[in-house]
Amino acid sequence: MSFSRTLPKLTMFAAMALVSIAAAGAASAQSATEIQLSYKDKKFDPAEVSAPANTPIVIKLKNLDGKAMEFESKTLKVEKVVAGSSDATINVRAQKPGRYEFFDEYNEKVARGALVVK
Amino acid sequence: MIAALIIVFREVFEAGLIVGIVLAVTRTVPRRNQWIAGGVLTGVLGACVVAVFAGALSNLFAGMGQELFNAFILIVAVVMLTWHNVWMARHGSELAGELRAAGQAVVEGSKSLFALAVVVGVAVLREGSEVVLFLYGVLAGGDSGGGVALGGFVGLLLGAAVCMLTYLGLVSIPTRKLFATTTALIALLAAGMAAQAAAFLEKANWLTAMDNVVWDSSWLLSDSSILGKALHTLIGYTDQPTAMQLTVYIAILAVTFVLMRLYGAPTKTVRPAPAE
Repeated sequence: MSFSRTLPKLTMFAAMALVSIAAAGAASAQSATEIQLSYKDKKFDPAEVSAPANTPIVIKLKNLDGKAMEFESKTLKVEKVVAGSSDATINVRAQKPGRYEFFDEYNEKVARGALVVK
Repeated sequence: MIAALIIVFREVFEAGLIVGIVLAVTRTVPRRNQWIAGGVLTGVLGACVVAVFAGALSNLFAGMGQELFNAFILIVAVVMLTWHNVWMARHGSELAGELRAAGQAVVEGSKSLFALAVVVGVAVLREGSEVVLFLYGVLAGGDSGGGVALGGFVGLLLGAAVCMLTYLGLVSIPTRKLFATTTALIALLAAGMAAQAAAFLEKANWLTAMDNVVWDSSWLLSDSSILGKALHTLIGYTDQPTAMQLTVYIAILAVTFVLMRLYGAPTKTVRPAPAE
C-alpha cells in the first residue's frame, strides 16, 4: 500500500518544516480593538468601521432584527450565526492594512459593510 | 430563489462530499444504508434543535458557544474517522475479501458503521443548522416563501448530486486500490477537520499559541471558491493556515499512521485478488 510508505516521509518533512516555522513566528499578545456594530433591516450600522493594523479586533455585533443572520467575511475568515434580537462577539485576528468586506450571508447582495484596517 | 439555492447548496455541499465518501467506504458492508440514513436523519433533527437554541448556544462561554460547539463536534468526527481507519487496518481485509460468513460481517461491520454514521450525522448537523435558520428566517419574514422553498429544495437536490458523484467517482476505482484510496482520504479528512477544530478554538481565543499565519495562498486558490471549498472539506485546504492548524493537521496524520501500524493485522499479506 503506497499510502503507508509515503506518509511517514511526508510527516517527517512537514514536522521539520513546522518546527522551524513555529520558532520563527513569535506571536505577540496585544490588547484588542473593540468595534461596535448593529444590524437592522439588512443594513449594518455603521456600514464602514476602521481599526488599527496588526492588533487583534473584537467585533461586538447587535442583531436588532427579529430573525437570525450570519455575519461573514471571506477575507477576515469569519462566519458566525447571530440569532434574532441578540448580541454576538466575533474575534478577528490581527490584520494587515486593507479593506475587508463583510456581509450577512442570508442577504449577501444588499447587507454589506467593510472594515478598514489602517 | 437563486439566492436561496446558492445558500442551501453551499451548506449542503460539504455534507454531500462526506456522505459520498462514507457510502463508498462502506459499500461492501451489509445494512450500511440503514446506518447512514440514520446518521443523516439524526443530523437533520440535531440541526433543527441547534437552530432553535442558536441564541442560547451562542451565549455560552462568554459568547463563544458556537465556536466551541463546532470545535467539539469536529473533534468527535476526527476521533470516529481515525478509529475507523485503525479498525479497518485490522479487519478491513476480512470484510473486503468476502471470506467471512455474512452474519459475522454484519457484527463486525456494524462497529465501524456506527463510527461512520456519527461522522455523517455530525456533518449534516453542522451544515444543516445554518440552512434551517436561513429558511426559517425567510419563512418567518413572509417574503416570497414559495420561491425560496423551491430554491432551497433545488439546492438540496444539487447537494445530493454532489454526494452521488463522489460515491460513483470513488467506486469506479478498482477494488484493489479502493481500500488504500479511502484510507488515505479518511486520514486527510480527519486531519482537515482537526485543523478546522483548531481554527474554531483560535476564534474562541481558547488556542492562542502559534497563531501566526504561515502562508497566504488566497491569490492562488481562495478557500471560499468552489474548488477551494471542496479541497477544504476533503484535505483541509485553508488559504491562510496558522502554525497551530498545520501542527494539528500533521499530528493527526502521524497519529493515524502510528495507530494503524500498531493495531493493524500483524502478518497481513495482501492476497492477490482474483482476475476481474
